[in-house]
Amino acid sequence: MHLVIQALILGSLTGGVYALMASGQTLIFGIMKVINLAQGAFVIVASYFTFSLFQMTGLDPFLLIVITTPIMFILGAATQWFLLRPLRPDDAAELSLLVTFAVALGLEGALSIVYKTTLRSIMPGYENHSWTIWGYQVNEVRFYAFLLSIAMLVILYVLLQKTKFGRSVRATVQNPMAAQLLGVNSKAVSAFGFGLGVSTTAAAGAVFGLITPFNPGSHYDLISRLLTIVVLGGMGAIGGSVIAALMMGVGAALVSALASPIWADFTFFIVLLLVLLLRPRGLFGAKVRGAL
Amino acid sequence: MSALLEVNGLTKRFGGITAVNNCSFEVQEGSITALIGPNGSGKTTAFNIITGYLKADSGSITFQGKQIAEPNPATLYRSGLSRTFQQARIFPEISVLENLIVASGYSWKGLFGARTTKADRVRAGEMLEEFKLSALADFYASELSYGQRKLLEFASVLMSSPKLVLLDEPTAGVNPVMIETMERHIRARHAAGVTFLIVEHDMQLVMRLCDPVIVLDHGAMIAKGTPSEVQSNSQVLDAYLGS
Amino acid sequence: MSKAGIIRAVAFFGILGLLPLGVKPQWVINLLIFTLMYATLASSWNLIGGYAGYPSLGHAAFFGFGAYFIGIIFENNVGNGYNPFLILPLVGLCAGLISIPIGYIAMKTRKDVFAIVTITLLFMVQTLAYNLRAVTGGAQGKGVAVPPFAPATFGRPFYYVMLILLLTAMGISFYFRRSKIGLSLAAVRADEDKAHGVGIQVTAVKIIAFAISVGIAAMVGGVWGYYEGFIYPQFAVDPLITIGMVLMTFLGGRATLWGPVLGAFILVPAQQYFSYEFGATQFYLLAYAAIFLIIMLVLPRGILPTLTDRIRLKAKIAAEAAK
Repeated sequence: MHLVIQALILGSLTGGVYALMASGQTLIFGIMKVINLAQGAFVIVASYFTFSLFQMTGLDPFLLIVITTPIMFILGAATQWFLLRPLRPDDAAELSLLVTFAVALGLEGALSIVYKTTLRSIMPGYENHSWTIWGYQVNEVRFYAFLLSIAMLVILYVLLQKTKFGRSVRATVQNPMAAQLLGVNSKAVSAFGFGLGVSTTAAAGAVFGLITPFNPGSHYDLISRLLTIVVLGGMGAIGGSVIAALMMGVGAALVSALASPIWADFTFFIVLLLVLLLRPRGLFGAKVRGAL
Repeated sequence: MSALLEVNGLTKRFGGITAVNNCSFEVQEGSITALIGPNGSGKTTAFNIITGYLKADSGSITFQGKQIAEPNPATLYRSGLSRTFQQARIFPEISVLENLIVASGYSWKGLFGARTTKADRVRAGEMLEEFKLSALADFYASELSYGQRKLLEFASVLMSSPKLVLLDEPTAGVNPVMIETMERHIRARHAAGVTFLIVEHDMQLVMRLCDPVIVLDHGAMIAKGTPSEVQSNSQVLDAYLGS
Repeated sequence: MSKAGIIRAVAFFGILGLLPLGVKPQWVINLLIFTLMYATLASSWNLIGGYAGYPSLGHAAFFGFGAYFIGIIFENNVGNGYNPFLILPLVGLCAGLISIPIGYIAMKTRKDVFAIVTITLLFMVQTLAYNLRAVTGGAQGKGVAVPPFAPATFGRPFYYVMLILLLTAMGISFYFRRSKIGLSLAAVRADEDKAHGVGIQVTAVKIIAFAISVGIAAMVGGVWGYYEGFIYPQFAVDPLITIGMVLMTFLGGRATLWGPVLGAFILVPAQQYFSYEFGATQFYLLAYAAIFLIIMLVLPRGILPTLTDRIRLKAKIAAEAAK
């Protein structure tokens, strides 16, 4: 029982981090119907940025997010503008998948050249601190990461619900044609939206670098988990993807604790297949759609 | 005459909107039945449910005296219920002739056979002849004009020798000559024993061609009768004038 | 088959069949084996990714499956050296059977969901390959017994088996084009809903295409594992293999018979040249990605379709002028 509760704690904290990564991914899918296979690679890029900046400045990695977020935003918007926007509309959906896959590999290649393939970790000194509450370990970094994820999700929510940009985005998600007729610049919204979706990886990357050793190939582990979460959450519903991320975080932690970490990935895949078989629209697809 | 198609208590909701509301009607064998109504009255939704593209929330559909438990487009097509789409959906990257062959409902054995057999070419050729598209047989379907695409789609769904054909706005967006052509083909096929259910906005065509006319409003049938009966029905006028 | 088509095919396979008899250097044979390997992989990917329009990103998983299949059975003894080749049909069959339930679920809804499932499959199989040490040897890799082939002509049997696999893949590709399977797939690719509506056996043709496609990929993987002699998870279940076959298919032309082969014959030698010139694998990951992006943006339809369109257009203009 102790083991299960410990796994629940760990899983929810990890799930919070996944929620952040997946919410960006979901936002991108919602706006452009593009599945960004490079989201995991962007997370790793952000991890390396944080790693380098931390080495150079010695500033707290959580603080560095302020710097890395705009960088990731620009990287994302540029990817959309230069690589996705020029695709012919009739096969854009299919090609964009492959383009983002190529971007992922390109980023991995670039990182391997700059940083080599040795495993790195961001070590501000408190990365292994834990509180013990009623006999349960709560890792400090993971806890802060969880709080940060919630904060970022709240910011994202406010941005989408309360600002003019957010209204344009939501209009584009619901009806691109009508949004365009009403004067929404859909090209700009797409680039901004993609940038925004990718900018969530700045915080996610910092956190990821704190809790796991990483190398350029680490995005492979991330991408299948992220995609499972996105499908599970109903493709396009941010609320759904947050819930799905928490569920998967807890599920993977339980499987790791009770069986073996090897089977955690396997669990993701089996869950993905089962969801597609039984509820092809995702667990929350029907209900949360449009709520964004 | 007996009912070839019976629709009973069909209901479909999208979120808070009830697109089809406890809708019941029947299509008599050998008729050209029209399904009309103002925009958003649920005609296309009803079509989609009958042909298995949408799942109804409740209600039943009976085709040829047999209730269809789970409507599925492919099975229905094979059992003699064809449909066309409003936007003339054809397969652009294969030839006009192949568009007909691919729709001929081949068997499992045929699936592994030649892409176009001699028999296929003869049958499809006859159909193209009937629709005066023979000269275009080897063109990609993407090279056809919009009107020609509508004709091609109509011709292709006839390849399965259907009992009942549902046409969704067969003359929308085509020129007057093409409207006449389309009407001629519908009449010819009707004379050969095919039953039609047609959604159409061109009222003159409906009045010339169809009997009976079914009027939908807000997803339910509000009138049914000969064209002249329907024309003089006050409820129908209200529905169209939007009072 | 048109006369020109027959001549082209006979010439192509005739030359490739005679080539090893005249060409002696090991590195050339090695290069040719890899070219044939990718030509076969691309041709097989084309069955599902090209004809059906379902972009699979998981073919490398089946490639790896084939490699480990052969590696596990022939860890210690390959007899006269030809036994692993005889097992290949079984490898293909097993991969095909495994793919049926996966394909059925993954192709139920949408193309992007299919891509997600297949890429997830790829990484899951990679994780398994690393971690099921008892079966795969984990990161230490798994050795395959060395065949008793004469050193001077060591590559030859592998070369010819790859050539037979290419002939098989292209034969199936040709058969698809000439049968109602190909016609049905063309309809599915263009408009799946409409294809349902005219009674096409949509689910069946998609699953057939996927199963055959990954079956061939697994057989190629088996030959590769045997040829390499040592199977490491990062090379057996490698996203680069997936991207390689996709890239070559796109470069040459999707949904064409010769496009994937053309793509492989351009890119594999180029790739070998680059890795010889620049060495580091990291660069070539980057170069790969760059080439891919350029093709997507500049020549999204591939070489062959672009050319045939040009010719068709010219003929049309000439016909108009003649009137």
